[in-house]
Amino acid sequence: MQFIISRYNPQIDKIPYDQTFELDNTQISTDSMLLDALHLLREQDPSLAYRSSCQEGVCGSDGMNVNGRNRLSCITPLSDLPQKIVIKPMPGLPIIKDLIIDMELFYQQYQGVDPFLQSEPLDLQHEHLQSPEDRAKLDGSYECILCGCCTTSCPSFWWNPDQFAGPAALLAAHRFVIDSRDIQHVDRLKNLDSPTQIFRCRHIQNCTDACPKGLNPSRAIQELKSIMVKEI
Amino acid sequence: MNLSDNFPIEFYDALVIGAGGAGMRCALKLTEQGHKVAMVSKVFPTRSHTVAAQGGINAALGNVTPDQWQWHMYDTIKGSDYLGDQDAIEFMCQEAAEIVRELEHFGVPFSRLESGKIYQRAFGGQSQNYGEEQAHRTCAAADRTGHAILHSLYQQNIRLGTIIYDEYYALDLLKTINGEIGGVLVMNIHDGAYKILQSSHTLLATGGAGQVFRNNTNASINTGDGLGMVLRAGLPLQDMEFWQFHPTGVAGKGMLISEAVRGEGGKLRNALGEAFMEKYAPHVKDLASRDVVSRAIAIEVKEGRGCGANKDYVLLDISHIPEEVITERLPGIRDISQTFLGIDPIKEPIPVFPTCHYMMGGIPTNIQGQVVSPDDLGEQKVVKGLYAIGECACVSVHGANRLGGNSLLDIIVFGRKAALTISEALHSHKPNRSNTDLNLQSIRQRLQRWQKRSETSAETSAQIDSVIQIKKSLQQIMDRGCGVFRDHQTMQQAFNDLQGIQLRLDNVCLTDFNDVFNLERLAGLELENLVAIAFATVTSALARTESRGAHSRVDFAERDDQAWLKHTLYFQEAHRLAYKAVNLHPKHHAAFEPKPRVY
Repeated sequence: MQFIISRYNPQIDKIPYDQTFELDNTQISTDSMLLDALHLLREQDPSLAYRSSCQEGVCGSDGMNVNGRNRLSCITPLSDLPQKIVIKPMPGLPIIKDLIIDMELFYQQYQGVDPFLQSEPLDLQHEHLQSPEDRAKLDGSYECILCGCCTTSCPSFWWNPDQFAGPAALLAAHRFVIDSRDIQHVDRLKNLDSPTQIFRCRHIQNCTDACPKGLNPSRAIQELKSIMVKEI
Repeated sequence: MNLSDNFPIEFYDALVIGAGGAGMRCALKLTEQGHKVAMVSKVFPTRSHTVAAQGGINAALGNVTPDQWQWHMYDTIKGSDYLGDQDAIEFMCQEAAEIVRELEHFGVPFSRLESGKIYQRAFGGQSQNYGEEQAHRTCAAADRTGHAILHSLYQQNIRLGTIIYDEYYALDLLKTINGEIGGVLVMNIHDGAYKILQSSHTLLATGGAGQVFRNNTNASINTGDGLGMVLRAGLPLQDMEFWQFHPTGVAGKGMLISEAVRGEGGKLRNALGEAFMEKYAPHVKDLASRDVVSRAIAIEVKEGRGCGANKDYVLLDISHIPEEVITERLPGIRDISQTFLGIDPIKEPIPVFPTCHYMMGGIPTNIQGQVVSPDDLGEQKVVKGLYAIGECACVSVHGANRLGGNSLLDIIVFGRKAALTISEALHSHKPNRSNTDLNLQSIRQRLQRWQKRSETSAETSAQIDSVIQIKKSLQQIMDRGCGVFRDHQTMQQAFNDLQGIQLRLDNVCLTDFNDVFNLERLAGLELENLVAIAFATVTSALARTESRGAHSRVDFAERDDQAWLKHTLYFQEAHRLAYKAVNLHPKHHAAFEPKPRVY
């Protein structure tokens, strides 16, 4: 199997370049993931840099662009990929080294939508009650792992990364707008109501295509728009 | 950077090392109390391993079955095989209900009952009325409870503006000339720059170290960094022989399949199709304590009733559970099975085998979260300036075997408690923000050591040793020598092999000397911690000539309360061991005397 991996070490290189690695097919088993292959390549070259941690698709560390698509390497089976695999850092954010990008702006955009529950204060003897139906509305929004696969594949974010929150942050905004326990519903909607915020989304669907957890940020954003039209 | 330079210094009221559930709960409370606190994490907070916890968090809310914290206390003590400290367990179980409601207030999207209250599921080792019917005590957000809690805690920290140093690696504790802990040396992983964070209150919440074993459910970041720091500071680790092997790791791969699967009705079956847990735990069957279930699986496989071509695993069957229960309560498990095995558990059983999951031992602390160490007379004394909570700590609420659902509880209860301890200290003594002399000699030597260059030429590089290869050997040694079943001979062999590992570690050289995201250097520093922890484990396990909880010896098959109802303390220097008494004096409830443990 051939791996063409984008390399960049800011202490040495002016610009990123591609390096070709080979793995013998005997080193790979039928159920190997792309991350397993990267670990083997790192044995060849210990300076090869990528993030990874849980190795099961829940920590969101190892987003990367694989043959043109943003994916998590730990849950991408090699058997799904062609013999020639082109790996690049996720686009739209600065590269720190090799496949590692600087996600600061991504996190800032997330923080910018006030992604925390604001509910009626309650003493610690009581829980907020929530019906199973209201709780079910959060399914598909709360599971986001902040890997950045969606936001870094979004052309609207590429154009205005400092202004447009991007799909991951808007998915988080949606999660709190629809949480029956949250009391800042109206303020949350007002803050999103701007040409550079929610209406910058053109529903290109790259986000939904890229999400490794099978979530649908585009639909969540559409839902936010509908709620906004009705309520604001 | 030049290692002889002075490191830049920053001052904080308190330092929290680690940003998993424990660290984030603690930092949140400290920030809320108005203190200047810095939280340091080698990964972005939501990448911490708490995110992978699945099943839930225990609290006697009584939302589904009648419940009392005293019953939870009994179950936890029995589960610990009576090695848990009863005062600490009592405290944790008493706090639990409030702690879970507080998490709910923080926004955790718990699953709900028709009544609108938090959903609670059955879990192993949980009973009503001191050992009678199964209790439903484990509060769950589907099977993503850790993710739900970790993200909610991060969100609350955003709300309060906690200062976070993410992708900074804490290398070592720094001592003042009085021998107190005065801060840590950290490295910015982005550019390799070192910095001293100075504080009179340093809290370790660095999590587990499952990476010492090859077959583990742990993230690759779980390298026990806090434990290594403590050992190098000359302080002991407690009960390091006790490692939990989770009964249901994906066979041959290690991903965790939550106990929630059995809580929702899943059954373990051998090659003959027998639901074999009926033999080992006639009363509670598949919901026995984890150590009991893991041993049962290991015995089934050893006696030739394993499944598959190599007869080396058993099957976890949930095909009889209604599909809507699986999609609503166990979506993450279904996802893992489909991704890693190509198996839809609605139709086919999941191949599972015991896999290293959790470290019951750790840095000895008291209930306040303060690290303790024996003085010359054997009296337990508080180590000034140092605190530890969560998996890296041993308070000890899990004793020789942890109950499922108690680790998320442990991290939140003691995260909050330690924050209150530090906050009180800060209110009574103004924090010292002046420059105190810190001893930097040993840390400079350690950094210097990793600058060493190989004398072998690059052409023969294939033959030279590497950090990666040493880690692989270490993990194999620990799998072979310190697994579900142990005996003197295999552990002695492991100890001898570890000395070879130490030699290789002392001699290995890096090949990458760049400063930006130098992951080889990071892996080298982590490996030093793993090797130190492996020695602590094998030394402690060799000495304990009994079977208790997860420490199960073929050559000493019985529990021996006369000789061994005590905690082990391991010191790195000369691999010295000491012991301390188990606390049998809870404050509010009568003590539970050790009894034979039957499920």
